[in-house]
Amino acid sequence: MKANEEKGCCRSTESCVDYGSDDEGSNESRSLTIKYLMYSVPLLAAWWLIYLSLSPFSKYLTYNLLHLQSDAHFSSAVEFFVYDTPKVLMLLTLVVFGVGILRSFFTPDRTRKILAGKRESVGNVLAALLGIATPFCTCSAVPLFIGFVTAGVPLGVTFSFLISAPMVNEIALVLLYGLFGWKVAALYLGTGLIIAMIAGWTIGRFHMERHLEEWVYQIQVGEAAYDEPDRTWADRIQYAVDAVRDIVGKVWIYVVLGIAVGAAIHGYVPEGFMASIMGKSAWWAVPVSILIGIPMYSNAAGIIPVVHALIEKGAALGTVLAFMMSVIALSLPEAIILRKVLKPPLIATFFGVVGFGILIVGYLFNLLI
Amino acid sequence: MHIKVLGPGCKKCHETDKVVREAVAEAGSDATVEYVTDIAEIAKHGIFSTPAVIVDGSAKCVGKVPSKADVKGWLGK
Repeated sequence: MKANEEKGCCRSTESCVDYGSDDEGSNESRSLTIKYLMYSVPLLAAWWLIYLSLSPFSKYLTYNLLHLQSDAHFSSAVEFFVYDTPKVLMLLTLVVFGVGILRSFFTPDRTRKILAGKRESVGNVLAALLGIATPFCTCSAVPLFIGFVTAGVPLGVTFSFLISAPMVNEIALVLLYGLFGWKVAALYLGTGLIIAMIAGWTIGRFHMERHLEEWVYQIQVGEAAYDEPDRTWADRIQYAVDAVRDIVGKVWIYVVLGIAVGAAIHGYVPEGFMASIMGKSAWWAVPVSILIGIPMYSNAAGIIPVVHALIEKGAALGTVLAFMMSVIALSLPEAIILRKVLKPPLIATFFGVVGFGILIVGYLFNLLI
Repeated sequence: MHIKVLGPGCKKCHETDKVVREAVAEAGSDATVEYVTDIAEIAKHGIFSTPAVIVDGSAKCVGKVPSKADVKGWLGK
C-alpha cells in the first residue's frame, strides 16, 4: 500500500478554451469524429479477441513455454500473474475510456448547478449519483466544497457528493469486476451509493452549518465568467483518450505490483490462512479493519489485488469490503485538506457517520454471504 | 496583462505554473504571473476545480494543465 499522492491530484479533466471553433472548425471536428469512430470498431474487436484469449494464453505460457509443473506453488503464482495483469489493465482501459466519455458531459460547475436548490432527500440521491459521473480530485475538494455551499447546495447534499466521488470510482469497480465478478462489483457500487446518500442525509439532519469556518460564508464568490466550451464528439473522444492515458499511465504500476503481491499470496499462503484473522467468526474484524484503513491512503488500483488475495485465503467478504471502503473513502490527507473549511466537530461527524455506514455494510455482507 | 495560476499546491498545479511562466518568457510577453495557493482566494474566483488559469479576470482553463500553445494563444501572440 503505497501512500501515493497520485490518487488525489488532479488528473487532467476539462478542456481549455478552444479557439477557432468557427464553421471551418466544426467541419474539421465532424470529419475527426468520423475518423475516430472508424478506428473504434476494429479496436474494440481486437480488444475483445485478445481478452478472450488471455486465459488459454496464460496457461500455454506457464505450462508449455516455461515448462512449469502444473501443481507447484510457483507456477500457480505465475499463471495468476500472467492472466490477471493484462486482464485488469485491459478492463481498466476500456472502462476509463467509457467513464471519460460520460464525464465529458459533467463538470463540477454543471453538477453544482444541478444540485443547487434541490430538496435534501432528492439532493442526496442525486449528489451520490453525480459523484460517480463528475470528475473530481481530492485536492480540488475544498474549492468544490465552497462552490457547492455558496451556491446554496445543502451541507448534507454536499457531503453525499464528497463521500461518493472518491469511494465509488471506476477503478475500484473494474478491479472488483475483474477479480471477483460482477456481483461483488454491483454490491460495492450499490452499498457505496447508499452509504453516500444516507451518510450525507444524516449529516444534514445534524444541522452542523455553524461548524463551517466563518470565512466560507463571507466569501463573495466572484464569477470568473468561465464559459464551458461546447464539446463536439471529437472533443469527448479526445477527452476520454486523455483520461485513459492519464489514469492508466498513472496506476498501471500499482496494478502490476498489487497483482504480483496477490500472485505471491495466491501461490504460497495456505488456504484458509486469513480465516482466523479476517474470517466471519471474528466479530471485531470489521471495526478493526476500518480503523486500520483510515490512516492508509491508497488508491483502489493498489489495494484491490491485495484484497483479492485476502479473500481467496478465507477472509470474509464483508470485512474486506469494509477495509477497502475505509482506505479509499476515509483518509487522513483528506481530513487535513477539509480542515481548512470544516471545524473539528464536523470532520469528526463526517468520519464517524461514514465509518458507521461502512461498519454496517461490513457486518451485513458477513451475515448474508 | 496579469495572469493568475490558481491551485492549492498539488503536482498539476505546480506544473501549470511552470508551463505558464515558460510560455510567457518564450513569447517575450510582459504579462505578470501570480501563483495563488490560498484556498479562500481561489474560491473567490468562483473556481471549483484546480489548477485554473485566469487571464485579466477571465478564466481560460479550469481543471487541467494547459499546453504552452494554449497559453501563448491567451497572450495573443
